Amino acid sequence: MGGRAFAIVALMLVVAVLVVSSVLDNQYFYFAGYVVLQYVVLATAWNILGGYTGYVNFGTPAFFALGAYTAVVLIQSLTAPLPIQLVAGAIVSGLLGLALGYLTLRLRGVFFSIATLALAVVLQTMFVNWDYTGGARGITLARPATAPLFDSYVQFLFVVMLGLAVLAVATAWWIERSWIGRGLAAIRDNEEAAECMGVPTLRLKLVATTVSGALMGLAGAPFPYYVTFVEPTSVFDLNYAVNSLAMPMIGGSTTWIGPVIGAVLLGTAQQIATVTISSALNLLLVGLILVAFVILAPEGIVGLVQRLARRSRA
Amino acid sequence: MVALDLLLNALAAGILLGGFYAAVSLGIAVAFGLLDVVNIAHPVFVMLGAYVTYIMNVRFGLDPILTGLLFTPVFYVLGVVLYRVYYMSFERKGAESLRGLVFFFGILFIVEVSLLLAFGVDYRMVEASYIGKTFQIGPVGIAFRLLVPCVIGMALTGALYLFLSRTFYGRAIQAVAQDSFALRLMGANPFRVKGIAFGLAIATAALAGALLVMIGPVEPAMNREYIGRVFAVAVLGGMGSIGGTLVAALILGIAESLTSTFYGPSWSVAVSFGVLLLALAVRPSGLFGR
Repeated sequence: MGGRAFAIVALMLVVAVLVVSSVLDNQYFYFAGYVVLQYVVLATAWNILGGYTGYVNFGTPAFFALGAYTAVVLIQSLTAPLPIQLVAGAIVSGLLGLALGYLTLRLRGVFFSIATLALAVVLQTMFVNWDYTGGARGITLARPATAPLFDSYVQFLFVVMLGLAVLAVATAWWIERSWIGRGLAAIRDNEEAAECMGVPTLRLKLVATTVSGALMGLAGAPFPYYVTFVEPTSVFDLNYAVNSLAMPMIGGSTTWIGPVIGAVLLGTAQQIATVTISSALNLLLVGLILVAFVILAPEGIVGLVQRLARRSRA
Repeated sequence: MVALDLLLNALAAGILLGGFYAAVSLGIAVAFGLLDVVNIAHPVFVMLGAYVTYIMNVRFGLDPILTGLLFTPVFYVLGVVLYRVYYMSFERKGAESLRGLVFFFGILFIVEVSLLLAFGVDYRMVEASYIGKTFQIGPVGIAFRLLVPCVIGMALTGALYLFLSRTFYGRAIQAVAQDSFALRLMGANPFRVKGIAFGLAIATAALAGALLVMIGPVEPAMNREYIGRVFAVAVLGGMGSIGGTLVAALILGIAESLTSTFYGPSWSVAVSFGVLLLALAVRPSGLFGR
């Protein structure tokens, strides 16, 4: 898909979502839609490091929560407007990503993954013990009553998250097509060989971890205004780690469309299941689907479709 | 000297805790250290052992340690089956690193949510006549609920050490860790040997779970803090060295106990992950690395 075609399709999708949402005009739709779009951002961000480079990150909650807490600090100290919260959240989480990137110098494969898990827990303990952001009890925030041009603030946040989702997917799409994407794929296939062939592996990995971290922070930054109550256990939830990894795995982790498919399918299914069944049971389903896919269809839905297409052609 | 008393008590509690951490970490030392199977779900099997102990204790009044021992064969079979699935799906295809990790992460999630559905988020505990007792050595108070898990943890460590160094299968497990191709040339089947080792690793989780629920009340999400502990111990202990695992577990136990006494319990979880990050960044081969 060329650049112009990608932009046109993205634009059409955005318009379609906006039209459908205004026709439905249902507050619950915005609440649920926000969560699904947030997963599109998280899954896409995870995939830039995990899918393209092959470094499995269990620390999504750390980046997400850091974005959210950056926003909390800005609201508390300056009552800064949302755009500043977004930029700051992305920068802070991006810096954490950069630090994580340097860690890959020493830690390959499994050790890297365990370190990311450790990172999330250490960060959570720090926020549990930091009173300024509410400590373990959490903090309640006042959200602006209305936003200009929109009926409600939740609707405004929904549109903001839609914009972030487009930004995240466009970034992934661009990386995949540029020399960066090819370099990352070389690292995924064989890091030593890539290094020997003159691929600047460290610089590429730093780009991947920083961009991935910044996008996760971006997803977390509007969260305080969305829920108006932030506590460590909810923003450091393991569900973010599982979902942001399960969605690309189920959709297909080698292309930009895979995480989007996974996030939309799994995210929507979870929103429906939470309402109709129970939230614990729907998490169990995510776990089972993840294990089933990783055993039976490791290339995800995209891989399955490609295999079927090849078979029908032959 | 109040501070000295406090220090001595913290040290004693740390050593006792360390003996228990050894029991929890042995399974990871074998699976991750010797077999290169990144069973990130090990702590969740410890939780499973804890809940089995809880049910047997509440329904039938069975002793926690007895339950732990009775269920080791069941957990052994579970481990053998799990390894079979892992081998067929990932190891045989050489795709173990990334997908195998995700596989175990999924297993972790499934078991945790199942426990959550079955038991809820309430804290559960067991009863036995000896659990509440304490005795004093000078200024140091020793609680049985910590002493018993420590003694059993050390006994389990000793038994595993003897098994790995003295028996035929134990040596075969160490051989498969060093060179599985050479083992195949000697006429042994690496797949079978690794299955036995992984079964043993999961079997230790049954007993460790019984000890866990004896030390204090449990809830399903607790396994997460143990992920940091077991990997910190396994890495610090030098990946698969049983003696090293015990030493690393004691170090971690003492570090956590001191932190919790002098800085407050809410920091103690960060200690294990801090130790882990430090060990990974500075010396990934551990204190007793091969």
